[in-house]
Amino acid sequence: MKVTDKDVAYVADLANLELTEEERARMLRDLNSILEYIERLSELETDKVAPMAQVSDRYGVDESRQGSERFAYAIREDVKDGLRKSLPHEDAMKNAPDTDGTFFEVPKVIER
Amino acid sequence: MSALTIDDLRSAVAEGSKTATALAGDFYTRIRQEDPEIGAFLTLCEERALAQAGRIDAMVAEGKPLPPLAGVPVAIKDVMVTKGVRTTAGSKILDNFIPPYDCTAVARLEAAGAVILGKLNCDEFAMGSSTENSAYHAVHNPRDKSRVPGGSSGGSAAAVAAEMAIATLGSDTGGSIRQPASFCGVVGLKPTYGRVSRYGLIAFASSLDHIGPFAKTVKEVALVLRTIAGRDPMDSTSADVPVPDYVAELDKPVKGLRVGVAKEYFGDGLDPEVRAAVEAAIQKLAELGCEVVPVSLPHTEYAIPTYYIVATAEASSNLARFDGVRYGFRAKSTTLSEMYRLSRDSGFGMEVKRRIMLGTYALSAGYYDAYYLKAQKVRALLTRDFDEAFKKVDVIAAPTCPTPAFRLGEKVNDPLAMYLADIYTVTANLAGIPGISIPCGENHEKLPIGLQVFARHFDEATLLRVAHAYERSSLVAGR
Repeated sequence: MKVTDKDVAYVADLANLELTEEERARMLRDLNSILEYIERLSELETDKVAPMAQVSDRYGVDESRQGSERFAYAIREDVKDGLRKSLPHEDAMKNAPDTDGTFFEVPKVIER
Repeated sequence: MSALTIDDLRSAVAEGSKTATALAGDFYTRIRQEDPEIGAFLTLCEERALAQAGRIDAMVAEGKPLPPLAGVPVAIKDVMVTKGVRTTAGSKILDNFIPPYDCTAVARLEAAGAVILGKLNCDEFAMGSSTENSAYHAVHNPRDKSRVPGGSSGGSAAAVAAEMAIATLGSDTGGSIRQPASFCGVVGLKPTYGRVSRYGLIAFASSLDHIGPFAKTVKEVALVLRTIAGRDPMDSTSADVPVPDYVAELDKPVKGLRVGVAKEYFGDGLDPEVRAAVEAAIQKLAELGCEVVPVSLPHTEYAIPTYYIVATAEASSNLARFDGVRYGFRAKSTTLSEMYRLSRDSGFGMEVKRRIMLGTYALSAGYYDAYYLKAQKVRALLTRDFDEAFKKVDVIAAPTCPTPAFRLGEKVNDPLAMYLADIYTVTANLAGIPGISIPCGENHEKLPIGLQVFARHFDEATLLRVAHAYERSSLVAGR
């Protein structure tokens, strides 16, 4: 068993999940079984392999430039000269669970 | 309505033998008859559909030139946002969510004249391979209602199979278009990463998520792809690569094309009837003049573990936005921290929580190198496998899934067994190459079997051409 009860509690905390006792027990079992399967990746020698985060840097990238300039192709026409129009405030608030009409309201953040 | 194609319907509307409004009405009648036993739809948007149909009918009346999909009834997986139409991602956490904007792919379909009938059921946040993880209800496979339609785009495949829509959109993060297409006996395409904008697709794993079409035939899939593909300034990962006329290229000859066959896709666990059907399909391609060439994709066995690290890590980050603050479900609570936890706890289903936990674990201090970084490196090796193979061949043919559709409930308590249903599909997502599933026969229980074809990045034209040639030859043989 790689993952312990303590790990489950710690990770649930990081993920902002509470989880019932039953869910924690099931999570412990499932995570261990999945991680055991995933363990086979360690068979591969990868010291000299560069990590690949995504595939979209396979095209359009200007290798002659430095840093973020390499990705100039991705710069949006509509933001080159300043901010684009955003969603109207009223539309952005329409799905709010709780609002005073201007702001999203949430329970008290700072305890006195 | 059986065997109607996009071309038939558009012609009927253009010639005035059927109004777009009446056509939409026919499909809603069919949905009301068929869907109670299938469960493909989560939301119908009749008002929006009839408004669009009315616009098309007005164009016909005024003799204006009609767009390519004028009046064609389509439906959309409920992970793509639709302005003013409830969008749930199959989750209770978005039960009441009414998006304020349209997904680019949806907007492009509508701009091309398509009539959007409604939103389709799926696994919650597209996480699953059977659509049993929908927070609403399961989907039954129209070909055998005791079986799953596959997933996560199970509603999208079932709606086409049951002729409740002519074409649908789905999303594919690890096989979620191709696997249900295979299980339901329809055509499903996952394009190249960057070919179709993801703007308005509710994110599961951003580097693996793709939008793509389902339809009964390759030509219709090509038509829909032509409509939704191309650069979109709202998605910086959408590629500025020209979109060919996929439909016009379909009839180019396939003679002389090299079709790769990798032994790694025909190993243990492959159902003998699936193997026989896929081998017969490859033989058919050889008869059509393609050259069958053995290739090797040596890291294939590492694809599922790599996928489940990368996908869950990205998911744990993407799903952090569901916190009950700005939209979606909010649990009653007295502190902010309690609000986050209780909202997520009651809003998310078990599989979503399981993946958030796995992804958070893989990214957490002390485990990042062993899991996430390791998976990124193996991802590079898996991609290199395809790069090497495509130096020798133009396309690669394989089974879409190791088995035909399994029974509802069969794998629901064994997450690992469910993950292995994606064994032949996940690698294309990790490498970003296009893949299609087309029907290639049935097993002894009349369950459909899917042939999968992969091609090089942005070479959907060749992919579709090979699929079309096979489809035509198998139709001739079957009739």
